[in-house]
Amino acid sequence: MFIKCDITGLNVDRRVVPLIKANAIVSVVALLIGVVAALLLVLTRWQVVHLLPMDWYYRILTLHGLTALVVWIVFWEMAGLYFGSTVALNARQVAPGLGWLAFVLMVVGTALVAYAVLFTQRADVLFTSYAPIKAHPIYYLGIILFAVGALTVAGLFFANILTAKKEKTYGDGPLPVFTFGLLAAAIITAGTLLSGAVIYIPTFLWSLGLIDSVDSLVYKMIFWGFGHSSQQINVTAMIAVWYLVAFLTVGGTTINEKVTRFAFLFYLIGIMLASAHHLLTDPVRSASWKVFNTSYFMYIAVLASMIHAFAVPSAIESAQRRRGFTKGLFDWLKNAPWGNPAFSAVFLGILNFGFIGGITGVINGMEQTNIIVHNTLAIPGHFKGTVVGGTTLTFMGLTYYLIPLIFRKKIRFFGLAKVQPWLFGIGIALLAVGFSTLGYLGVPRRHWDITFSGGPFTFTFPPVIDLFWVIVVLGGLIGVIGALAWILIVVASVFFGEPLRSKEDMQIPIADVPPPAEHKGFAAPGTFTLTLIFLTAFLLFTALNWGWLSVMWEVK
Amino acid sequence: MALNVPAKGWYATKVAKDEKSWIVISVIAALALFIWMSAWHLFGKQNPPVSVYTTTPDEFYRLAQANWQKYKVGEEEGIPVVAPPPGGDVFLLASTWRWEPVIKLKKDQEYKIHISSLDIVHGFSLQPVNMNFQIYPHYDYVFTFKPTSSGDFRIICNEYCGYGHHSMIGKIIVEE
Repeated sequence: MFIKCDITGLNVDRRVVPLIKANAIVSVVALLIGVVAALLLVLTRWQVVHLLPMDWYYRILTLHGLTALVVWIVFWEMAGLYFGSTVALNARQVAPGLGWLAFVLMVVGTALVAYAVLFTQRADVLFTSYAPIKAHPIYYLGIILFAVGALTVAGLFFANILTAKKEKTYGDGPLPVFTFGLLAAAIITAGTLLSGAVIYIPTFLWSLGLIDSVDSLVYKMIFWGFGHSSQQINVTAMIAVWYLVAFLTVGGTTINEKVTRFAFLFYLIGIMLASAHHLLTDPVRSASWKVFNTSYFMYIAVLASMIHAFAVPSAIESAQRRRGFTKGLFDWLKNAPWGNPAFSAVFLGILNFGFIGGITGVINGMEQTNIIVHNTLAIPGHFKGTVVGGTTLTFMGLTYYLIPLIFRKKIRFFGLAKVQPWLFGIGIALLAVGFSTLGYLGVPRRHWDITFSGGPFTFTFPPVIDLFWVIVVLGGLIGVIGALAWILIVVASVFFGEPLRSKEDMQIPIADVPPPAEHKGFAAPGTFTLTLIFLTAFLLFTALNWGWLSVMWEVK
Repeated sequence: MALNVPAKGWYATKVAKDEKSWIVISVIAALALFIWMSAWHLFGKQNPPVSVYTTTPDEFYRLAQANWQKYKVGEEEGIPVVAPPPGGDVFLLASTWRWEPVIKLKKDQEYKIHISSLDIVHGFSLQPVNMNFQIYPHYDYVFTFKPTSSGDFRIICNEYCGYGHHSMIGKIIVEE
């Protein structure tokens, strides 16, 4: 059943390897579709080109949201869950047949959704499909099948972990941090998909005519119990990968296991109810309901992210210092393995996620400042920072280790691989900043024509938006090139790559863990400085938002 | 360790000074934001409204018609222009794909603007002020607005509502 990996010394279950490969390959295909769609969309929204006709703009936008936000990321996470609960634990795969069934369900679900969107002309409903906008029943059915498949994999993940624990495959003690983080992600997955079932099953029945109506406000609330919690799966899985990549690239381990683990637990408490922030500018009778959910439940999740924001870079810093890079505040960072694309991807991912996604996320989540950004381009600006510049880039980074370790191939175009994270990371950062600024200037998201052609009145946004559209297009194009480069590298390596014969063939090494050292006082002064810079940026941007809000029309 | 089981005694390991400080700073920041958000309800002038009534599209349409008849002062592009008295109520109707009526207000006066949708979910986006709210069918969302600037303003729809979404644009006029 097992083969012993000659590089890591881990026992690898022969039956889990094809499962990981299949899920990873489908995820790459989904990303390719998502990226091509993104290119068409950005060239449509830029009114200078205005590429797609109206119906196809909304159709491709629906497709883009589903393939890029859901199919790509979830399939990659499925591969990650298999990897984290078997290979990483030295353990076997429980019921691999069930894994294949889940895989088939998810592929069929994806195919049904794609069919409904592209060919029925009755599913131009966008990712949110807010009732009473109604999609073709096949659309909802596809999503339900996909979710059942994903839930099955989460179940297998729990079973794998319990088996590994019982069979003591990974030693006697708590789970390694990487798998512990994935465990938190899998638990959130279960809760998220439960919300998904609560909302998609009645909506499916409604689309078949078996239920009279679905309340639009209730729909939106429960939809986001699914929609935003699913983003918390991405965040949690991404952070688990950050710890793993810190370990693989510099031998970094968290400077405090307890703090890191509690931070993962905080995600479990916080995020489901925090989805209430989607209703901040909606007709809800209670302000305290809004403030309570966003202050308490959201800030528990935010606090967890703040803790990881220190714990991950400090793991890297501490390892580098123990290796001898002790000069000044940032010698450790200067001498980090920047030539290792997994490292640069994760480091840029941390910056994008924190400085763009994190700061905007907290401000968007405050009751009153949400008035400024609600449904404007600032919202996609926020999640380009989190889920694209953060999660997607991070997953791209770890894939550089999966190619040699799981697919047993050398990385093709290694020179390109070294610049790929920079292309994608910087491109998406520009795109996100451009989007956010346009949003603050009032430009709506999900809008085919901001010249409002055919409307009874005209409106022209301030001319400065032209500049930010150029930044958006520039960032979008660089990001698309970065994504296509990654897809090229992965496909060329996996299907046409040179087989990896031994440890010496590894182009990116697995770092040794440097010897432990006694900490006196500050364990990671460089990281502490970075987090204080982050805090300053956050406070400045928050103050700007409230200042701006205070000169708007009065409303209560 | 990311791939290894933590060493014995991991739970008792003391938290480093810098990490502890960072956590304390973060907790203080979160509490401060909570207090700020709540206090803005007392001292701030911009808060999402909480007066909401359940209604039906039929009922809301009837109420709106009666309201417009009372305060109608003209017509623009076939859309009635309605000027409610300061302190008065006015009804704004969202439907695919129009905002009705054109509303005429006076600067620095308060008005109760009832907004609801006849069909699907729409987005109320006041430009160029850039204030944004979500509008639903079956919910009468009552905004107590006080315009603090004068001129011609637009209401654009910023929640996707089908193929005519981009043409859904309305108008508010604020006079000195």
